[in-house]
Amino acid sequence: MLNVEGVTKRFGGLVAVSDVSMTVAKGSISGLIGPNGAGKTTLFTMISGFERPTAGRVLFEGDDVTGRPPEALALLGIARTFQIVQPFAGLTVRENVAVGAYLRHPRREEAFARAEEVASLVGLADLDRPASALTVAGRKRLELARALATDPKLLLLDEVLAGLNPSEIRDIVPVIHAIRDQGVTILMIEHVMQAVMSLCERVHVIANGRTIAAGTPAEVVSDPQVVEAYLGQGAAGRLAGRAVHG
Amino acid sequence: MLRSYPPQIVLEAVLNGLLTGAVYALVALGLTLVYGVLHIINFAHGAMLTLAMFAVLMVHLGFGLDPYLAIAPLAALFFLFGYGLQRFVISPASRNDDGAILLVTLGLSIVIENALLAVFRSDTRSLTLDYSFSIVDLGFALLSLPRVIGFGVAILVAGALWAILALTDTGKAIRAVAKEKLGAALVGIDVNHVYAVTFGLGAATIAIAACLLMPSFYVNPRAGNAFVLVAFTVVVLGGMGSIPGALVGGLIIGVVESLCGLYLGDSLGQIGIFLIFILVLLLRPTGLFGARA
Amino acid sequence: MTAYRSILLVVLGLAALPLAAPALVGAGIFAGANTLYNLMVFVLIIALAAQGWNLAGGYGGQFSFGHAAFFGTGAYAQAILQTRYGINPWAALVAAVALGALVGAVIGFLAFRARLRGSYFALVTLAFAEVFRILANAAPITGGAAGTLVPLDVRWANLQFASREAFYYLALAFVALVLLLNRLVERSRFGTYLVAVRENEDAARALGVDTLQVKLKAITLSAAITALAGALYTQKFLYVDANIAYGAWISIEALLAPIVGGIGTVFGPLVGALTLIGLGEAAKVAIHALFGSAIPGVDLVVYGVLLILVIAFAPRGVIGLLDRRAR
Repeated sequence: MLNVEGVTKRFGGLVAVSDVSMTVAKGSISGLIGPNGAGKTTLFTMISGFERPTAGRVLFEGDDVTGRPPEALALLGIARTFQIVQPFAGLTVRENVAVGAYLRHPRREEAFARAEEVASLVGLADLDRPASALTVAGRKRLELARALATDPKLLLLDEVLAGLNPSEIRDIVPVIHAIRDQGVTILMIEHVMQAVMSLCERVHVIANGRTIAAGTPAEVVSDPQVVEAYLGQGAAGRLAGRAVHG
Repeated sequence: MLRSYPPQIVLEAVLNGLLTGAVYALVALGLTLVYGVLHIINFAHGAMLTLAMFAVLMVHLGFGLDPYLAIAPLAALFFLFGYGLQRFVISPASRNDDGAILLVTLGLSIVIENALLAVFRSDTRSLTLDYSFSIVDLGFALLSLPRVIGFGVAILVAGALWAILALTDTGKAIRAVAKEKLGAALVGIDVNHVYAVTFGLGAATIAIAACLLMPSFYVNPRAGNAFVLVAFTVVVLGGMGSIPGALVGGLIIGVVESLCGLYLGDSLGQIGIFLIFILVLLLRPTGLFGARA
Repeated sequence: MTAYRSILLVVLGLAALPLAAPALVGAGIFAGANTLYNLMVFVLIIALAAQGWNLAGGYGGQFSFGHAAFFGTGAYAQAILQTRYGINPWAALVAAVALGALVGAVIGFLAFRARLRGSYFALVTLAFAEVFRILANAAPITGGAAGTLVPLDVRWANLQFASREAFYYLALAFVALVLLLNRLVERSRFGTYLVAVRENEDAARALGVDTLQVKLKAITLSAAITALAGALYTQKFLYVDANIAYGAWISIEALLAPIVGGIGTVFGPLVGALTLIGLGEAAKVAIHALFGSAIPGVDLVVYGVLLILVIAFAPRGVIGLLDRRAR
């Protein structure tokens, strides 16, 4: 479904993403993980068209979509959420979701009907509230609902679980499963490792802008390079040593 | 359409443009300083200049004070005025929201301009001083003495402003707030105070500009408007927030205006400025000296 | 459908004004029926210009400081097309609106393509209006500094009416039409997109909104409505010059009225125009009573103070205040 081929992004002298390649299979839930500042969000901004890669290609369903603007990609079926959620403050919750739904349903009634379906799928109620009145957890759901309302084939989720408490995370994990079960492929940036382990079939790990590992969650967490990237140099050895001695 | 002039006339126009441009630069300095630190566009800048010009007129008529001697007291007075305006009107009314600041300063400009209209009516006034029409003869060009003085003082003030920012503790605090507001607040800098001081400094430069303008210029309640778009152009051309940019931008704009006036006539003279303004905004909004966004 | 009912009620209320005119004139508030009608038509023209501004500025968040560029284009087109080219004033009205829309589209295209927003957009629109003002003041086709007079020739076919009420009703009809249009926009995809663009362009783009196209549509429609106000101004007062058409005053009125009335609402511009001009006139009357003569600028001081007060204490304008009271 999505092929990222040797994508690089330089900001002046800084290389934010360096020669990253990855594949996301149709119908899968894939994870993109890595320490803070690894370049995950930068990679997302390139896949979703907000930034143009300095080098490399992004292929969506076999077509080269590198450098196309986000609104065009949304029409093709790539939707994304933002790490910092910002509802459209002047609109109600329903209208917020409808902004997404209008993409495939130009008529108000149809867009609103689709918005209501999506809202109930992600568990948003009380749709006539102003969106600015939502709690953090509510905003995360709204962010999800808006993107989902565009009827995407590929959904890019940028830390939808960040800032939620454990019980809120428990509530939203099944929603992500439900979205995939409707046929939407999901690529998610996530820090909450427990959620990554339970949701993702494949995980791609980057650190300092480079791929350091890829595979199933279980393979990846036992990879010494990944452990070192997260816990610091020599950590894998220390952990292994402790395991032997203990 | 275009006439050709002997080189001496063109040279004189260029020199006159530079003289005017220095005062434009001074007006623009206040604007760019406020933009650089508070990241706001002060729409009341032109109206404050008009107010300052009337103040020069009043202290001359009331106390017989020469405009050049009025520089120090009026700069101090306007510093306080600007400080108070930012601290007690603009900041609380706008809750530091960008759009609201733009509108509050627009409101202030409407109030100041029309209050002046109510008090002084729309008559145009000017000062009559012994040296108003004095001439400096350079041999190859004749220049008006008050404008030569204006040029010199404007350059001096720009230098002084740069020195304040570069060398004093207040200047360092201002630069710290301009760069990184939150960080500055965390190390104990009173951001609201710094904002107000910056606004005050901007107002003081306007007062000085008014003192330099009045010996050779006139004032009516709308006089500042002529300068405000010019000052915006200078600031945009030089790069928002850049002091050397404002200086160079002011000189360029002064020359452009002077040459446009020469070739297109006075009524169209300002067209060149606005076209530069629009083109810079459309093609290179960071200006000549601005950092890339 | 309560929104449509309130539009109907407001329009009917304003339409009933001529019934109250003799009483208002009799009470001595207005010097005569002419003064009253001139003022009310003026209010409606400002309301219309403000309705235009509100579309791009209020719903779309694109604060223009130069709507005079559109007002003036409408005003001059209306005057020049009939005096120089002998075009029927009704047809000229249509052409004036189309020309205003074109100017809006061009300025919008240039500004939005350059990604100007916020203060930069405000400044560039202001500069365009100033360029037009200077050009109109010098160009022969506009009559230069002398302006253009439309000859008095009172005929229906000429868009000049013998009865004072007729022009008032014409202006009111246009305001009512734009009220309806605003309501339709609010409930359309375009209107929702417009608010989304105002609140967060990146989020809107991620959802497939072509923000450039939405903003262009908004500024074009906005300019067309404001140009209509300009054309009506010419037709009512039969004279236009550069400072009326492209002067900063109309840019300021067009943005003040929606902000004072209630930014991004259907009724905001109309309520704002009534409030501003009403208070301005009241201030003039009060000054006259206190000092025995008029003092220029007093009404505008009131406008400026009102603007600052609204932003400080009532960001949702007069309508927001009424709303809060009703609740």
